[in-house]
Amino acid sequence: MKYSYFPGCTLKNKAVDLDHYARVSAEALGFELEEISEWQCCGGVYPLGTDEIATKLASVRALNDAKEHGQDLVTVCSACHHVIKRVNDDMKNVDDIRTRANNYMKLDEPYEGETTVLHYLEVLRDRVGFDELKKKVVKPLTGKKIGAYYGCLLLRPGKLMAFDDPENPTIMEDFIRALGAEPVIYPYRNECCGGYISLKEEDMSKNMCRKIEESAAGFGADMLITACPLCMYNLNKNNGGNLPVYYFTELLAEALGLKEEVDEQ
Amino acid sequence: MKTEHSRAEMIKEISGVNPLKCMKCGKCSASCPSYNEMDIKPHQFVSYVINEDIESLVRSKSLWKCLSCFACVERCPRDVKPGKLIDAARQIVVRERGGNYLLADDIPELVDPDTPQQLLVSALRRYRR
Repeated sequence: MKYSYFPGCTLKNKAVDLDHYARVSAEALGFELEEISEWQCCGGVYPLGTDEIATKLASVRALNDAKEHGQDLVTVCSACHHVIKRVNDDMKNVDDIRTRANNYMKLDEPYEGETTVLHYLEVLRDRVGFDELKKKVVKPLTGKKIGAYYGCLLLRPGKLMAFDDPENPTIMEDFIRALGAEPVIYPYRNECCGGYISLKEEDMSKNMCRKIEESAAGFGADMLITACPLCMYNLNKNNGGNLPVYYFTELLAEALGLKEEVDEQ
Repeated sequence: MKTEHSRAEMIKEISGVNPLKCMKCGKCSASCPSYNEMDIKPHQFVSYVINEDIESLVRSKSLWKCLSCFACVERCPRDVKPGKLIDAARQIVVRERGGNYLLADDIPELVDPDTPQQLLVSALRRYRR
């Protein structure tokens, strides 16, 4: 199975690990991530104003490219996933945005939200299947107690993201179980890390990250996993090194016995 | 100078929100991770729009404390979306000449070697026109 892949700006720079581990693991699990040519940055946050059009065009281009290839669009970064999924919903359901974006784009055929947008975790759950994943694990992460950190972007708004139950998600815990480790459920797993606020309001983000980490450690987690480079940065910066934070793809590659291969590259 | 009425209408239009649906249960403020830092709390924000006191909103530091984490949007039983109202007020500020809250020139002082690109593009999109 081949998917159109939108890596996003950070996966080409500060979060290359998140990208590399995702690609080698995909190969081992029997699906291919074909990078969209000339993709443009999604902008990091979804433009909330109903009159915002230009700021959504990068996502529309990627969505249309996937449509032209007849492929579903996969992202690994939580932020790219959030932005592209919401823009796709606009193109499908909001007449004004669809009309104006198409007038600007002048595509051969108008884009009307046809592409299916999937997060890598959704591919694992809904296409590969966690049972199948479990069978392919060669180095189970036995004994590790892992707290899934969801943050905001994957889950909310719940009806639109349709990723999982926004208040009581299970996808990352099921993923952790499939790798042979033990998930730790803690109250702050879907609270915000502060996101972009950390640029100008370091203390606010620090407070939020401390609460998340204390909550996870208090419930017995030895480590956290995340899909978001900004959550990773904020948590690492404010954590004092007490609780290591990993990208979920790193643990995936490790359990599939591929980590050394990537690390040598 | 735009009137308070026209600015309130603009906020409703940009956000697509009808603040009159609010039943003042306060769940948005109870959910907000930035509550302690806000001078105008999310549930109050809705009332300010209804009362057309936009000058207080555009001067409020809450505009720059909101994380757009959508906790208020998710949990609102009336689908009022306070986070979208706050963003619309922020848009009114940054769309005015000289209203940017973050300039490209500010960035070198704010970054460290680990700063992800995502942080910069996100902040620029929320804080600047």
